[in-house]
Amino acid sequence: MATAIANGATGPKLNHIGLPVVEYRGGKSTLCAGCGHNAISERIIDAMFEMGVQPERVMKMSGIGCSSKSPAYFMNRSHSFNSVHGRMPSVSTGAILANHTMTTIGVSGDGDTASIGMGQFVHLLRRNLPMIYIIEDNGVYGLTKGQFSATADLGSKLKTGVINDLPAIDTCALAIQLGATFVGRSFSGDKKQLLAMLKAAIAHKGTVMLDVISPCVTFNDHEGSTKSYKFMQENDEPINEIGFVASFDDIEVDYDSGQVYDVEMHDGSSLRLRKLLEDYDPTDKANAVRTLMESHASNEILTGVFYINTEQPTFIDLLNVVDEPLATLPESLTRPPKSALDALMANLR
Amino acid sequence: MATGDLALSQEQGAISAETRVINEFSINVATVNGSGSQSANSVLLKSIFGMGVPVSGKNLFPSNIAGLPTWYTIRASKGGYVARKRDPEILIALNPETARQDILDLPASGVAIYEENLNLKQYRDDVTCYPVPFDKITAAICPEAKLRKLVRNMVYVGVVAQLLAIDLGVVESGLRKQFAKKQKVFELNFSAVKAGFDYAQEKFTKNDPYFIERMNQTAGKIVVDGNAACGMGAVFAGVTVVAWYPITPSTSVVEATADLLKKFRVTPEGKATFAVVQAEDELAAIGMVLGAGWAGARSMTATSGPGISLMTEFSGLGYYAEIPGVIIDVQRTGPSTGMPTRTQQSDLLSVAFLSHGDTRHIVLLPGSVKECFELTYAAFDLAERLQTPVFVLSDLDLGMNNWMSDPFDYPTTPLDRGKVLTKEDLDRLGGFARYRDVDGDSIGWRTLPGTLHPKAAYFTRGSGHNDAAGYTEKPDEYVALMERLVRKFESARKLVPQPVIVKDGSSKIGFLAFGSTDFALRESLDQISKEHGQSVDYMRIRAYPFAHEIHDFVASHERVYVVEQNRDGQLASLLKLDLPAEQVVKLRSILHYNGLPVDARTITEEFATKEGL
Repeated sequence: MATAIANGATGPKLNHIGLPVVEYRGGKSTLCAGCGHNAISERIIDAMFEMGVQPERVMKMSGIGCSSKSPAYFMNRSHSFNSVHGRMPSVSTGAILANHTMTTIGVSGDGDTASIGMGQFVHLLRRNLPMIYIIEDNGVYGLTKGQFSATADLGSKLKTGVINDLPAIDTCALAIQLGATFVGRSFSGDKKQLLAMLKAAIAHKGTVMLDVISPCVTFNDHEGSTKSYKFMQENDEPINEIGFVASFDDIEVDYDSGQVYDVEMHDGSSLRLRKLLEDYDPTDKANAVRTLMESHASNEILTGVFYINTEQPTFIDLLNVVDEPLATLPESLTRPPKSALDALMANLR
Repeated sequence: MATGDLALSQEQGAISAETRVINEFSINVATVNGSGSQSANSVLLKSIFGMGVPVSGKNLFPSNIAGLPTWYTIRASKGGYVARKRDPEILIALNPETARQDILDLPASGVAIYEENLNLKQYRDDVTCYPVPFDKITAAICPEAKLRKLVRNMVYVGVVAQLLAIDLGVVESGLRKQFAKKQKVFELNFSAVKAGFDYAQEKFTKNDPYFIERMNQTAGKIVVDGNAACGMGAVFAGVTVVAWYPITPSTSVVEATADLLKKFRVTPEGKATFAVVQAEDELAAIGMVLGAGWAGARSMTATSGPGISLMTEFSGLGYYAEIPGVIIDVQRTGPSTGMPTRTQQSDLLSVAFLSHGDTRHIVLLPGSVKECFELTYAAFDLAERLQTPVFVLSDLDLGMNNWMSDPFDYPTTPLDRGKVLTKEDLDRLGGFARYRDVDGDSIGWRTLPGTLHPKAAYFTRGSGHNDAAGYTEKPDEYVALMERLVRKFESARKLVPQPVIVKDGSSKIGFLAFGSTDFALRESLDQISKEHGQSVDYMRIRAYPFAHEIHDFVASHERVYVVEQNRDGQLASLLKLDLPAEQVVKLRSILHYNGLPVDARTITEEFATKEGL
């Protein structure tokens, strides 16, 4: 990797801020062996390491569920807030308002987002809150032992034989419609795609919504499940191939072919999306939603970056707050002087 | 002022000096919601205030945008009593729908001012009637028909000013203040006042005993509502993040806060040193408050009963994970939607224990607009010092009505940002354990996200955690943490606002109360003394957990009446959980919970009955 340099002959590789990957690791996972979530944690570690993000400049947020436990399994040097079920968006909003200089990554699940958390999720999207929101999506409730979630596909079968007779909520289509400015879907088993997507996510300014299909090996990895490793391996249809070149990488990006879509990220990084689906334009909102809706009929699970908009102001931009974190502003800036109170009192006489 | 004196001299034939009732009566203005009567009521109130007479106003309004009946009562009281008076003496009847009942409710020898064609005289021959052709008067001075509805109300201000002998110059300056930057609006409204004044002067012979006479009891005082006062408290506490969802009667807390923030907290570069977010619901509002508090901001929300119910789960998280935040609950009548525009003190118990599981919250209980300012301010310091959500329990009566008050004092102490470790501290210490009681005060040290030290981070969770913030299900670690939280709560008894001893003599009987009940109770104590010759003691509680002094107060009296505005005696219940068993039997309740602010007469009568007086 161009982003990692060798530390002498024998030492571990260091990233461009001089940290080895071990400084991005977390505690030992208590999730099931083979759980897709663990692979996602690994990719987050790789992406943060390769992007050279200072771990102390990261806030890890989550709700409740298997997915929401995972912030404990990556980046121990980052503050983390495992909140209440379905409410990670509001807690993240508050934390980001308090300190918008941080990189914020939230990990949720399909139940935490698409059922109990739907109300807060849609408003987070609408605000274009600057954070990365990952749904570790396995279509099933794990901690309560295997009930369908709202992202389970129509006709998908539980281990017990129960068939899901309600349509799935497509969180990507929803996110595009409601205002997220970077929307993608990946698969926990696709290391290369997920890593590239996460690195681009780190570079993006605005709400990044990534739906990562992450099979539940215990409750939803059997024949008849549409969120199993096997089903994903057979039906994963990438719409684009993601190439990401970080701003600090000294690599020339050539803009030649009509088959690629190049996006300049706000931090100077480049995102190159090589079109696999004919003429797919990731800045066309209506087309992105239509493409996703059409795929529902064909059993294909589209993956890739569906939508990106680097121009839209974030919630922080709209609030027009000072550059410094609100949390640590000195008293001289946050408490008006006595003359201010005196004037108010005079006005009330 | 000449006009007032003139009016007075004209009436002297009808009412002798001895029978006059001066500066001690109530006015009930009955109008239709949405008719713009608020400005007129406010000008009348400020005119009486401008005459130097202690005054208070209460808006008794329906949950409705426009069309339903609404009443505004203004009480002038030379004795300084500002609670609601049960039977207002003067009626201004402008709502045809309620006019009949309104005049039937007047006490004997009351006064009725009403739209002429309502012909209310037919219902009562024992009240003084002043019929006024409001529509005709309004039409004459206001050619623009669509403005008449708004201006019409100002006519009664003029009529009342003339009848009560309120100086027209005082009304004029009150009106000028009301429409500070709108000269034309002022002129139109003043012409309506003047027209009403002139009409009354020309047509009426004063036949009632009520007069306003100049006093000097309002010099240096301010008039403000409790919600605005809470907003000021928050701003002078340096609030930086406000998240809220609109709900009556708390909405104006955030509106006031936001206005002040825009006024005082924008840098010369035009950037805000604050964020105000209208959330999608109260769950999100409290979530944002805790997220911001966790990341180090001074954060706040304001809500009322239904919002408090929605904040239940997060409140437990705030308590257990020890996250600061300020929640202002402007109480209204519950349960459920209840009567949203009526007052009550019925959230105390639910707020004190808000959450599933063993939970206790710090609850501050302001009893005046000045305390709305001071206790909101104090709530921010306490929240960060004790690392926990702090609730401020106001109510609709305190929050949405105008109260006379001494001016607020600028805080004398710097902001207390609590126990936060910096990078330099961590360099020195080499690390920390988030929930370890290293100082013996049961409060751990915390770090803020963004602290550039490899050992700064910790994992915040609502699940079982040990003193190093690690996940645990070990019985002893769980119990140790829960017991530390109890010790922390115990230590808060000394840190929270202490009770106020309003009266402590040698009586065997004591009163306990909190919040807006204070106004009526103080008046009741005087009634009890005057009418029953009893001197009783009174302590006003200002916070939960209860200070030790409250235990002492109960211990030193034979009987203690707990006066509060709810059905179930919530303060009494909370006290019973706190007091030693032998003290519990001393408590008895006087309750008022019909949605109207409690009045002194009700308390006095209930006390007399219970005491067999």
